[in-house]
Amino acid sequence: MKLIELSSINQYYGQMQVLSNISLSLEEGEVLGLFGHNGAGKTTCMKLVLGLLKPTEGSVSVFGGLPTEAQRRRALGYLPENVTFYPQLTGLETLRHFARIKGASLSQVEELLDKVGLAHASQRRVKTYSKGMRQRLGLAQALLGQPRLLLLDEPTVGLDPIATQELYQLIDSLRCQGTGIILCSHVLPGVEAYIDRAAILSHGQLQAVGTLAQLAEQVGLPAWIRVKITEPQKWHDHLSGLGHQVRLLPGRELEVAAPNGDKISLLRTLLHEGVSDVEIHRPTLDDLYRHYVICAANTGGSL
Amino acid sequence: MNIWHIARKEISDGLRNRWLLAISLLFAILAAGIAWFGSATAGQVGFSSIAATIASLASLATFLVPLIALLLAYDSIVGEDEGGTLLLLLTYPLGRGQLLLGKFAGHGVILALATLLGFGSAALAIGLLVPDVDLQVLLVSFVRFILSATLLGWVFLAMAYVLSALAREKSTAAGLALGVWFVFVLVFDLALLALLVFSQGKLSPALLPYLLLFNPTDIFRQLNIMGLDENASLEGVMSLASELPLGNAGLWLSLMIWLGVMLAAAHFSLKARKI
Ligand SMILES: Nc1ncnc2c1ncn2[C@@H]1O[C@H](COP(=O)(O)OP(=O)(O)OP(=O)(O)O)[C@@H](O)[C@H]1O
Ligand SMILES: [Mg+2]
Repeated sequence: MKLIELSSINQYYGQMQVLSNISLSLEEGEVLGLFGHNGAGKTTCMKLVLGLLKPTEGSVSVFGGLPTEAQRRRALGYLPENVTFYPQLTGLETLRHFARIKGASLSQVEELLDKVGLAHASQRRVKTYSKGMRQRLGLAQALLGQPRLLLLDEPTVGLDPIATQELYQLIDSLRCQGTGIILCSHVLPGVEAYIDRAAILSHGQLQAVGTLAQLAEQVGLPAWIRVKITEPQKWHDHLSGLGHQVRLLPGRELEVAAPNGDKISLLRTLLHEGVSDVEIHRPTLDDLYRHYVICAANTGGSL
Repeated sequence: MNIWHIARKEISDGLRNRWLLAISLLFAILAAGIAWFGSATAGQVGFSSIAATIASLASLATFLVPLIALLLAYDSIVGEDEGGTLLLLLTYPLGRGQLLLGKFAGHGVILALATLLGFGSAALAIGLLVPDVDLQVLLVSFVRFILSATLLGWVFLAMAYVLSALAREKSTAAGLALGVWFVFVLVFDLALLALLVFSQGKLSPALLPYLLLFNPTDIFRQLNIMGLDENASLEGVMSLASELPLGNAGLWLSLMIWLGVMLAAAHFSLKARKI
């Protein structure tokens, strides 16, 4: 079942168009990464899904209906990009308050505080929390009531590396239970392994949606094969002669671009010679992101 | 249910930051002071009469109750917005109307309790300490006073929500709240007096007293002063009140209409607020 279906959304703030012709969907148990520069429209997309904004044009359906329905909201978790909560309440009181409003069981509260690593600070006022602690509280809040749809707006902001890793693992385990997740982030390295599909937004336009492999294929960014080889100079000249993109690296290493389809045959050729080490660098999310955002900027993608 | 959860947080906030305690104490001390020293200017110290006490208390409450209500509630919407919790709450199974009613219920209870505890304890002290005071008159006039002061406070709470839902920043809401207080407590009566003076004969005299109904603080004062003493000397715009062909019930109803209209306005402006 489709958890989210955005179709042909055009969104305006006053006279300014911030989203144009956005169509996106999310399945159960799917993690969609939403990426884009500052002001690209990521948060706006989330607000549309949450029913906080009404689409100027186009339609939004969440769990097959309007997102404003109380029953649907109960099954939805949201981590906003900046929330300071109530400074005078303790972490525990804050979470209890939100649990009551959501109709989630109060026994879940301490469990969640433990899960996000705030158990030791649950009796302290939120006023005294560090940025990362507040972010963790926000996460715990989003997880109240075991949502089937989770919207995380820059969840890793302020988290330390270990907490970030734990968050990714949590996302993974939620996905396995069938939760659909949209994740906005500016931190691309590390997130690749945990998303099923990526959507890249630039100036309110969707530049690309798909699995990383699909995107890489679309773009035609080559993989790079890096080998340690006995006669790098000779091979450099040879491969360049054949029209390959080759780079000489220090330490008798050689890097060859392998566009789609070329990878195996190139590897075969290279492995026949005195190769002592091989690494393959597939285009990273970072590479893809750069490509799409720069392309969009060059073709005057601004609204 | 959700209304109660929001209300409950407001009430526990009111207990936590000692608002309830502070307002109750303030009311009790002022009320007791007025009861015992209110007639000091007339050369006597000590309790003079229930009517005089209620009249002075009503003047005091006219200033104080709106101010306290506005202070209590001016940041309830814009403050949540600044902390990001308004955005968050609206993604919960909670309508904007429910949020508003929850806030109103919470603040309303605090204000009602403070009024009851503060003025009620003053009434109790009078009843216990003043020899041969007419207990029935005391009870009736204080019940009326406390109820109407609470209702007046609620009207101003609702006005505070209107401001808070309209304002983009907390400081704007604070400024607007002071403005509202100024208009209803000070400016309105002066303007009405000016109107009386300059419009001699031009305005239908039968219409003028109704103008008082446009100020909830005037309705409140009428309710308490008229209810007491037929020959109480009414000053300023209150002299108009004696010509108002509205009984007590009409005055109560007017205050409630004020409350309903202001709550509706608050709901409307909260609905219209962009998140
Ligand atoms: N309340 C608002 N009123 C007017 N314009 C707004 C409002 N909120 C956002 N915008 C505009 O909409 C555009 C998209 O904003 P949005 O918050 O969706 O960006 P974003 O992709 O989340 O950016 P960031 O990475 O900085 O969080 C921006 O140009 C922003 O200026
Ligand atoms: Mg954003």
